[in-house]
Amino acid sequence: MRVIARRLLFYIVTAILAVTVVFFIPRLMPGNPVEAVLSHLMGNVTPGTIRSLELQYGLNSKQGLWGQYMTFWVHLIHGNLGVSTSYYPSTVTSVIRGAIPWTIGLVGVATVISFVLGTVLGVLVAWRRGTWLDNLLPATTFFQAAPYFFVAFIALDIFATRLGWFPTGRAYNQLDFPGLNAAYVGDVLDHAILPAATIVLCSAAGWIVGMRNVMVTTMDEDYVLVAQAKGLAKRRVVWYAARNAILPSVSGFSLAIGFVVSGALLTEIVFSYPGLGWILLQAVGGRDYPLLQGIFLIITFAVLLANLAADSVYVLLDPRTRQEA
Amino acid sequence: MSIGTGTDLGGTGLGGVGVGGTGPGDQPGGGPLPPPVSAPVRGRRIQLPRSPKIIAGLAMLGAFLVLAIVGPIVAPYSPSASLSTTNGVPQPPSAAHWLGTTQVQQDVFSQLLAGGRSTILVAFLSGIAATILSVLIGVSAGYLHGRWADDFLSMLANFFLVMPALPLLIVIFGFLSSSGATNDVLIGLIIAITGWAWGARVLRAQTLSLRSRDYVESARIIGERGWRVIASEILPNLMPVVASSFLFTVLYGVGTYTALAFLGLVNPEHWSWGSMLFQAQNVNAETSGYWWWYIPPGLAVALLGTALAMLNFGIDEFINPRLRAAGVTRRQARKSGGRGLPRRFELGLTPVVRNRPAPGAAASTAAASTASTGAASREAASTAVTSTGAPARTREQTS
Repeated sequence: MRVIARRLLFYIVTAILAVTVVFFIPRLMPGNPVEAVLSHLMGNVTPGTIRSLELQYGLNSKQGLWGQYMTFWVHLIHGNLGVSTSYYPSTVTSVIRGAIPWTIGLVGVATVISFVLGTVLGVLVAWRRGTWLDNLLPATTFFQAAPYFFVAFIALDIFATRLGWFPTGRAYNQLDFPGLNAAYVGDVLDHAILPAATIVLCSAAGWIVGMRNVMVTTMDEDYVLVAQAKGLAKRRVVWYAARNAILPSVSGFSLAIGFVVSGALLTEIVFSYPGLGWILLQAVGGRDYPLLQGIFLIITFAVLLANLAADSVYVLLDPRTRQEA
Repeated sequence: MSIGTGTDLGGTGLGGVGVGGTGPGDQPGGGPLPPPVSAPVRGRRIQLPRSPKIIAGLAMLGAFLVLAIVGPIVAPYSPSASLSTTNGVPQPPSAAHWLGTTQVQQDVFSQLLAGGRSTILVAFLSGIAATILSVLIGVSAGYLHGRWADDFLSMLANFFLVMPALPLLIVIFGFLSSSGATNDVLIGLIIAITGWAWGARVLRAQTLSLRSRDYVESARIIGERGWRVIASEILPNLMPVVASSFLFTVLYGVGTYTALAFLGLVNPEHWSWGSMLFQAQNVNAETSGYWWWYIPPGLAVALLGTALAMLNFGIDEFINPRLRAAGVTRRQARKSGGRGLPRRFELGLTPVVRNRPAPGAAASTAAASTASTGAASREAASTAVTSTGAPARTREQTS
């Protein structure tokens, strides 16, 4: 438990640092953040808007930098991330709240599938080393190196535009009635398959190679040899080796998850999928700074939570970490 | 480097599968060099392992570097020039435009040639800057293990490791300039800030394992200064890891720069493969069937990345010989004259094709070549290496 507590502390510190970074970036850049935001509001400016922006950034008040920083925290804790300029007059919080379910549904499920699939394939490739399965490796190299959104381009062009098997974008048909009816759910699934497949294809490659490399090393361990020599069924031997080989994959999760989420957000953009990636594109296009900051914070918090979950799984899987405590 | 000479090793055309890279056999006295790394002993050539992956990777990378240098010069048209104002539809490839044209009748081929320079420049700049950072931070953290400086530096690295880099960069670039960044050096350096942590972590772990080795201890006992111990005892032995982390960071730089440009955070008139994809996406080239517009830049990025990743795998296999056995096929085994080499994986047996006469160094790395299962021991005529002295798992070090 102490291990987890220590990690939790680290993530809390990281979260605080992330908020601090978000607070300071606009202030380190040339120019006044309020002017920068206003220049993109294009006519929608009322004195009230300016006032609220100034309040948001703590400018024009008598507060010093420290006071502004504190105000920023108070706003944040109340869930007040400011007003979005590209979705004016919606607040950043409400825009993000509308997008999050789509991203969690698509990216979350795709990440889990790719982790499981990649790990199983990695074990297989390592176990059947020297067979045709080795030919998978060059392909994984390519998919590891190709940008997610490029693979998404190709998938969209071939399977949606040319073959017409899947819709070309968005999360559901505009004519649907959102709700728990079969037509809507089926439609949502239909729209999710292609983006999800893209994310799985691109991110599974990393898990395959990682798992294969560790598995190859693990299979040379004495205990695997002993298990084999005892005459255990091959399946059991693989299971023992795989259980030990998966540890680095789980602890490497923290490195990978950031890449996977970033890639997945870009995939959403290509598919016009209305998740965080899509509003991120709108925010970038309209230089919607409050929304950009909000999305960054939300993604950071989500990644930290995923890391904490991976750490907990690691403690569950590896008794050594529990003994230390 | 002596890639492709293939004379001193018998020229078996094996692509060096199984040659540990610790110098050919005609240089005796090299002694067993401790894995994970083979120290480039002073006064000797550094021998790169001649695995097919490394050769192919280097060749592709070389081609891309040439492209970066001459690309903008040999481009037939200016990448931004509209070649016709009357036509608003992208034209498919033709004799005049090898890769077709864009919406505003710009030549895609010229854009591809011109865009390579910025992409590759940013990637390598960020790779170099991040590698310098990671060596500085990782090695000092490892060397200062147990002091507050190590705790602080490790914490810093962990912080950058868990922070999702792309969203952070998007925020930075968003505030940097409202029309998009145009300065390659600045872009590369900013990307480097988010890309050093992984290398620093691996280097710290490696330094930790090296600093307690006898030769480092003795250098310290002799009274060598800290920086000298690091520079002449530790750093040379970290070279493969540094190279691997450099390639990884360049790969990261390619992907990140392309992603940022794709999002429009780099000025779209600043030609790179990412900005080509940005413009293609803007007019929905992928749903309109304008494949000639988005395939070339995307493929170029993917191939550049593949070259880097292949080199990286080659180095990984160099560091950890067990990963390498996969390359031994029956054909290669027959060529090497290794009779009865198990084509399929056999538990407890790592087949390594060795060129005869076996280099002394490789044989001693091979330590005890026993421990084979009953089934496999019959075939133990082929060299079985149980690489007991092999390094910790590559993947584990990274995590």
